Amino acid sequence: MEKVFKRPHALSDVSFHYCPGCPHGIVHRLVAEVIDELGIEGDTIGVAPVGCSVFAYNYFECDMQEAAHGRAPAVATGIKRALPDKVVFTYQGDGDLAAIGTAETVHVAARGENVTTIFINNAIYGMTGGQMAPTTLAGQVTQTSPYGRDIKTQGNPIRVSEMLATLDGPAYIERVTVDTVPHIKQAKAAIKKAFQMQLDGKGFSLVEVVSTCPTNWGMSPQESFEWMRENMLPHYPLGVYKDITKEEN
Amino acid sequence: MGNKVLMKGNEALAEAAIRAGCRHFFGYPITPQTEVSAYMAKKMPKIGGTFLQAESEVSAINMVYGAGGAGVRVMTSSSSPGISLKQEGISYIAGADVPCVIVNIVRGGPGLGGIQPAQSDYFQATKGGGHGDYHLVVLAPSSIQEMVDLTADAFDIGDKYRCPVMIMGDGMLGQMMEPVEFKDTDVSDLPEKEWATSGTGMKRKKNIINSLFIEASELEDLVLERQQRYDEIIKNEVRYEAIDTEGADIILVAYGTTARIAKTAMAKAKELGYKVGIIRPITLWPFPFEAFEKALSSGTKKTFLSVEMSMGQMVEDVRLAVNGRADVEFFGRTGGIVPTPKEILAKIVEIGGAK
Repeated sequence: MEKVFKRPHALSDVSFHYCPGCPHGIVHRLVAEVIDELGIEGDTIGVAPVGCSVFAYNYFECDMQEAAHGRAPAVATGIKRALPDKVVFTYQGDGDLAAIGTAETVHVAARGENVTTIFINNAIYGMTGGQMAPTTLAGQVTQTSPYGRDIKTQGNPIRVSEMLATLDGPAYIERVTVDTVPHIKQAKAAIKKAFQMQLDGKGFSLVEVVSTCPTNWGMSPQESFEWMRENMLPHYPLGVYKDITKEEN
Repeated sequence: MGNKVLMKGNEALAEAAIRAGCRHFFGYPITPQTEVSAYMAKKMPKIGGTFLQAESEVSAINMVYGAGGAGVRVMTSSSSPGISLKQEGISYIAGADVPCVIVNIVRGGPGLGGIQPAQSDYFQATKGGGHGDYHLVVLAPSSIQEMVDLTADAFDIGDKYRCPVMIMGDGMLGQMMEPVEFKDTDVSDLPEKEWATSGTGMKRKKNIINSLFIEASELEDLVLERQQRYDEIIKNEVRYEAIDTEGADIILVAYGTTARIAKTAMAKAKELGYKVGIIRPITLWPFPFEAFEKALSSGTKKTFLSVEMSMGQMVEDVRLAVNGRADVEFFGRTGGIVPTPKEILAKIVEIGGAK
């Protein structure tokens, strides 16, 4: 019998620890499929963050480093400078990338460091049990914004893709999501393009995946995607924010 | 070989690192160590190496983690407040068994402190600094020649035991000039680091550089395994200089710049008829306990005088080494003040009684 669907080679044959309905599994698989399709598993070093995807080093078959909270872009920089011919990517959540690691994020992008970042934005700290994130929407209820995020006292959510797109360093920035099959296909194409940009030596590439957290949002996976479409996508519109290959043409 | 050159401490250290095979340096400007970065910025592009001025000390040490984990010889350099910022990264580096060299050209503290020489980071360097069960090997040169020689050793020790190594100088050593000679070292054939994340090449299982072990028993096993390496370091790598300790009534204990000044005071005291010796720890961790055992074995009543540019930090290790078998005294200046030979001599006279 012909096998028509199988685990990507770059995705380790272990069970994820993620909650039911968490999109991390989808995104992990897309990254692994891209690594397979580009034939780069043996040349790739991934950097895992602190957050729900802290164990990502167990889920990819390529060499992996586990970074301190927010420091993945700096760690990736060190690896890339040591091994400029290798492919280096980070996989980070919103707390890691846009709060504690903001300086690292801005500067890896400003340097145009030739690495790729996969950024999962689900507007919440998942691992620690659902606290307010830098991307939590105004009015959104979390454990540490129990009356809804009050922008007067708790500040405004950060649009990372738009912010980084103002810099000259990044080569490619796209915001995607994984709620539907067409969107998943689009997300995969974006991830592939991001890695291809690195292979072509174009500079920093980032794919922001607008995501959900059914567990901490207190919703079913289906409701979570509906809430995401209604509330997050208007604030975090999908699309390409930077593509120097387009600008070159 | 055989050529002596006059060099500033910070620059000599940088040159020694390059000669030891270091091709990756990640730093952030801070007085009084900035010449290390400046030298690397000039040299590295010419020899195919990396000099990167990071956005912070925090980022610099994490770049060191990445590069060291990828298997290359890597160094960062800073001074006290910057070293405090690096502590998170140093703990992770120790926890992930990544070799690297960290230079601390110590200045006065706490806080922003000052920019003059100090030794007040002894506790931080030797007793932890970052969180968790770990040690840094801490090398404390007292001349620029020794700084050069220890820099080469630092990379070898780091690679051999898979641990971070600190070179702890002070603002005086970093800033002054002395003649130095660079030994020929062959770094063309360093042992391969099979644990490094340099890409599997689809030829081996993946390597993981990591300090997270969620199972308590697994973490304990790893900490115990690391402790065995620390025990090896204690057995093999202790370095110190001991002069005239056998017949001495008063034994000075001092390291780095302070040891040089203490030696001047010792010579003066001898002229006045005092029996004075000195123990100069070169490794601050592991601390040279055996030097004290040897000194104490001669039987005569002794007083140990720890001389430091701090309020008394190494003196705690001196007390541990002496363990009640002799008197321990302390003399120190702090805040960036360098003690004078005269001040140390006065303390020797105070202990030894007027002659």
